[in-house]
Amino acid sequence: MVAQIIFILITLAGVGLFSFNARKVIRNIKIGRPANRNDQPAKRFMTMLKVAFGQTKMAVRPIPFLLHLVVYLGFVIINLEVLEIMIDGIFGTHRVFAGLGGFYDFLIGSFEFLALGVWLACAIFLIRRNVLKLKRFSGVEMKSWPKSDANYILITEILLMSAFLLMNASDAKLQALKEGHYISAGAFPVSAYLQGLLPSSAASLIMTERVCWWFHIIGIFAFLNYLPYSKHFHILFAFPNTYFSNLEPKGEFTNMASVTNEVKAMLDPSFVPAETAPGKFGAKDVNDLSWINLMNAYTCTECGRCTSVCPANMTGKLLSPRKIMMDTRDRLEEVGKNIDKHGADHQDGKSLLDDYITREEIWACTSCNACTEACPINIDPLAIIVDLRRYAVMEESVAPGSINAMLGNVENNGAPWKYSPADRLNWAEQG
Amino acid sequence: MEFKVPTMAELMAMGEEPEILFWVGCAGSYDERAQKITRDICKILHHVGIKYAVLGTEESCTGDPAKRAGNEFLFQMQAMTNIEVLNGYNIKKIVTGCPHCFNTIKNEYPGLGGTYEVIHHTQLIQDLINEGKLKAEGGESFKGKKITFHDPCYLGRGNGVYEAPRKALEVLDAQLVEMKRCKSNGLCCGAGGAQMFKEPEKGAKDINIERIEEALETQPEVIAAGCPFCMTMLSDGVKLKDKDQEIKVLDIAEITARANGL
Repeated sequence: MVAQIIFILITLAGVGLFSFNARKVIRNIKIGRPANRNDQPAKRFMTMLKVAFGQTKMAVRPIPFLLHLVVYLGFVIINLEVLEIMIDGIFGTHRVFAGLGGFYDFLIGSFEFLALGVWLACAIFLIRRNVLKLKRFSGVEMKSWPKSDANYILITEILLMSAFLLMNASDAKLQALKEGHYISAGAFPVSAYLQGLLPSSAASLIMTERVCWWFHIIGIFAFLNYLPYSKHFHILFAFPNTYFSNLEPKGEFTNMASVTNEVKAMLDPSFVPAETAPGKFGAKDVNDLSWINLMNAYTCTECGRCTSVCPANMTGKLLSPRKIMMDTRDRLEEVGKNIDKHGADHQDGKSLLDDYITREEIWACTSCNACTEACPINIDPLAIIVDLRRYAVMEESVAPGSINAMLGNVENNGAPWKYSPADRLNWAEQG
Repeated sequence: MEFKVPTMAELMAMGEEPEILFWVGCAGSYDERAQKITRDICKILHHVGIKYAVLGTEESCTGDPAKRAGNEFLFQMQAMTNIEVLNGYNIKKIVTGCPHCFNTIKNEYPGLGGTYEVIHHTQLIQDLINEGKLKAEGGESFKGKKITFHDPCYLGRGNGVYEAPRKALEVLDAQLVEMKRCKSNGLCCGAGGAQMFKEPEKGAKDINIERIEEALETQPEVIAAGCPFCMTMLSDGVKLKDKDQEIKVLDIAEITARANGL
């Protein structure tokens, strides 16, 4: 009875703390400007099914695809096991689904294979990161926290899977001893090999089984609460992020409606623009970006596929699309903390542009869309870069000199080069 | 030119409307190398007997480099002025020689009141090949020559056009080789996003050099392009690698015109 009460309290605390933090994240995302991504629900739903559930964009790189698929399926399917643990924990039962008989054996058996698969995949991931040191996982933005974050996630998953398998191993041994409530249920094709490692006395076995059971479930709650602080948030955000992803051609940039009004008024003096709230052009800080950009930032799992295909990055320039996303998230977290501490109107004198992302980075982008193509969950770093450029050019008139010259030429001559519009058809006279 | 390139103003004066407007673009109008491509596109249009016209001095920059540099004001000024001209002539269908113009007019003009059917010249060539109007006969033979195609970002990834330029090369009976990074995985030439008009940020090397090195790995005789900016970047790269004697950088329009003896 005491155990049940403790279990329920831990569950309530775990879920409660998570919703508290998740609500904060959602509040932070809502700092962003509105953007309408509610059109074409059927197409959006299909995109989510394909890209997030179906993992289609992961398949470009077969090795990580297979490893990730095991961990992903493990995560999704082992949740059935978590459901049983929850019911057992609340009602004080043991293996409540055992009544399913042969099907239960099949379930537990396949969970064991998945657990082993997840264990091995995470071990290989750790080796890839720390021993083989794949280039994709390094980079200026991948120091300190982002680096350890990845390792913590992998180690936690290995520990959780180990606890699950050890729990099963001791349970099976107790089943064989016909000990107490340890009814004969489940098949243990993997953990059977661990039985030799365990003590043979019933008391120690019960101890091991209980410790692993509690470790497993508390670990899951701890992990849940780790998500808002970690890149691992993608396991939740991948779904809304793909649902709300950009469905227009990648080459198409948004036409800023606020500018349309002004341009129409310039071209036609009789045009009366609708009253719009004064705002900045482009983005200097996170609150100038759209909520889509900000959700993208929380969704990024820092895999670096964007950066590894970025032509600017691969030729040694400062720009890294992954860093754009990580900087946006870091700045948004900082703004969120300011709101918690000092209220919504607090200004800390810092901004995304310059304090986090430098001008050199944004001007190195060729807008080639390799990053958006490569992202397995449809994150769009280019949209942020363009909004930062818009701020630099339209609010500050600060751009590389040759860009200013080009803009001047377009304005005066209708071409980015300094040629007379009268010469536009000269090519037809030659050759 | 052996024939006169008709302008919209002239056709209108005669009370006629063309089937298609050829949007030449700034590079196609002023850049010496790109002018050759422009003339070849006209030769193709003339050869197959499509009734076309250009805007001539009434054309202005689409605003693509301004938009991508972040100057939305200038972009929309350009866009709305151009749309006024295009709508004034009752234009329905447009072919462009530049993926940047293609992308902008096709995707960004509709929101500002300019909706047209827009195709890139490689798509026009693809259609003409399918209709049997272009045959890759009667001119220079590319048979067996090693050709590699560089996907322009704004045609490929930007708008999903990968097949059309390849179709134009397939009919040549040439030996087509793909670079390691091609199609949706293609590598930028380094000129997009207004980079064409500025010095690159400092780094280990320039992007067009990286791309040329990759192209050279396929040991091509011809590097095929479909964009005047790519043309500049690739040609510069080939020159810097001292390979401009052996390797030609040619636009799909130029290859098609040569193969058809135009």
